[in-house]
Amino acid sequence: MSTPEVAARELTYGEAVREAIAEEMRRDPRVFLIGEDVAEAGHPFKVLTGLVQEFGTKRIIDTPISEPGYAGIGVGAAMTGMRPIVDVMFGDFITLAMDQIVNQAAKVHYMSGGKLKVPIVFRTTLGATRRSAAQHSQSLHAWVSHIPGLKVALPSGPYEAKGLMKTAIRDDSPVVIFEDKMMYRVKGPVPAEEYTIPFGVAEVKRAGTDITIVATSSMVGVALGAAKLLEEIGIGAEVIDPRTTYPLDKQALIDSAKKTSRALVVDEGYERYGVTAEIASAIAEGAFYHLDAPVKRIGAMDVPVPFSPVLEDLTVPSERTVFETAKALCRKA
Amino acid sequence: MANDDPSDRTEDGAGSEPPHVPPVAKIRAFDEQVNELYKSAKMPGLAHLYIGEEAVAVGVCEALRRDDLITSTHRGHGHCLAKGAAVNRMFAELLGKEPGYCRGKGGSMHIADPETGNLGANAIVGGSAGIATGAALSAKMRGTDQVAVCFFGDGALGQGLLYEVMNMAALWRLPVIYLCENNLYGEYTPCGETIAGDILARPRALGVHAESVDGQDVQAVHATMRRLVERARRGEGPAFLECKTYRYYGHHVGDVNREYRTREEEREWMSKHDPLETLASRLTTQGLADAGVFERILTDVKAEIDGGVQFALSAPYPEPNEVDQDVYA
Repeated sequence: MSTPEVAARELTYGEAVREAIAEEMRRDPRVFLIGEDVAEAGHPFKVLTGLVQEFGTKRIIDTPISEPGYAGIGVGAAMTGMRPIVDVMFGDFITLAMDQIVNQAAKVHYMSGGKLKVPIVFRTTLGATRRSAAQHSQSLHAWVSHIPGLKVALPSGPYEAKGLMKTAIRDDSPVVIFEDKMMYRVKGPVPAEEYTIPFGVAEVKRAGTDITIVATSSMVGVALGAAKLLEEIGIGAEVIDPRTTYPLDKQALIDSAKKTSRALVVDEGYERYGVTAEIASAIAEGAFYHLDAPVKRIGAMDVPVPFSPVLEDLTVPSERTVFETAKALCRKA
Repeated sequence: MANDDPSDRTEDGAGSEPPHVPPVAKIRAFDEQVNELYKSAKMPGLAHLYIGEEAVAVGVCEALRRDDLITSTHRGHGHCLAKGAAVNRMFAELLGKEPGYCRGKGGSMHIADPETGNLGANAIVGGSAGIATGAALSAKMRGTDQVAVCFFGDGALGQGLLYEVMNMAALWRLPVIYLCENNLYGEYTPCGETIAGDILARPRALGVHAESVDGQDVQAVHATMRRLVERARRGEGPAFLECKTYRYYGHHVGDVNREYRTREEEREWMSKHDPLETLASRLTTQGLADAGVFERILTDVKAEIDGGVQFALSAPYPEPNEVDQDVYA
């Protein structure tokens, strides 16, 4: 599965999200969207602009500022024949809805012995450096990746944003999809033709032979930038995007690490107990006898995200830190 | 027990079978048997007995159609049975057996039976308020005239979720009834220590129609619910019904000392406000039933309960390979 090379059309990440939602809402009358400022306002990031004009306020539903409430309403609607997209404006706010996501949505199918289904999508954001400080900047996808019963998608560009959203909406299990809020205006090729991206299938974004850089979401671009710098000093980096943290395409990551014999994992979630740890562990177990160096990982610095730009920028993995870490792993001074 | 068809409903006292008596007796006998299973160490874990509150579940669910939806609580056996769950599969679930309603994966606090409109019991206090409200939104979006009932206890009045969803239900005129079983204790704490102000003032502040009823009087609960259900079905929006009731046992089967309340208070409720006694004596006075009828009902109920327990005790456990099935749909 790779991005089509001939793709005349370009969309922004935000437009790709909107197109995915609109197409699925046209295809399936059970799909609706509920959340704060989603109708006339079109969402603070303007990702949903125009949807209420096409689908009306009965399917694009503005709510009070009540994350647990509308998340729970989404769960109940999903259990009774609808396919809601629950819009949680900032990833930081999933903490407010955690009981509904973790104790309700994730468990209903299993607890009911498979009789009830919860086909729901929680769409939310991740990503720092927007100068939004500690409560609007976190990347909390590890929290939900930890929970059996949830699937978690992390689109790394416009193509992925559309394809993964469509797959999420069609999935019969709860899916949490984290959009990189810094990428909404980034353009990229998005085919006009119908497509979806399967969950649990990693994509090699750039082939290389010397080191594997596993990168998620916002960090894919960072890793690709670092790979260019590495190329200049003669290191061929393979950049691979898991695209979903659950299901996780462990085999593709392991196979890549076996090929290159070195691996670095980069993710914008907190490093401590984070996604990088899980992926590094999978690679260490699966590729141990092929590795020439310990698996390294870089996540967000373990501090609340600071406001001041000079401080905030220090907390997020950068092309430079990824480059330096990869270079050191390859023992190039 | 919940009627399949509204035309099947009999007005109170108008049918040949004494109304409400069999389901009230069945729920009581069921949970008495649950307590025995616990005491004889045949049941894994704990259970929260509904004994004393039977009139609420029966009065409510007999006002619903089979396709109306309920969400239940950790103290939910009565709701499940009143909505139509079968005794044998209930017991099987409580024992963690394969033929249980959730294949043994849910247990006492998570019984779900979509066939009878039961969206599941919830072990997070107030946790199903969103689900019930969402089910009502769904019914409205799908163009059915289903009504959703959210059972919760007085303890759930402390949960913010409840007020968030009542607010939205009022804004959107959703067909949902918030059914507060006020049994005076949230777990081990008297509700006077946890609830400020007037309970009904809370939903009313959100524009939700609110009433209170004697939860030990099944006929009163039923009559009130029929009115509220029809109101919701007509599109007149959500309602809140407080049923004043009492749990005869502790918070769960292991709570046998009940230091937080007096034996006198318990005797008062059991002797003067027992739902089964209240109903039986009223029906007897009205000449609608006699001792022989009650005797027969209790005999039938006992046979059903005994059969259900035997079914569950002899039922197989789930196969080990079931452990990771149905995590994802």
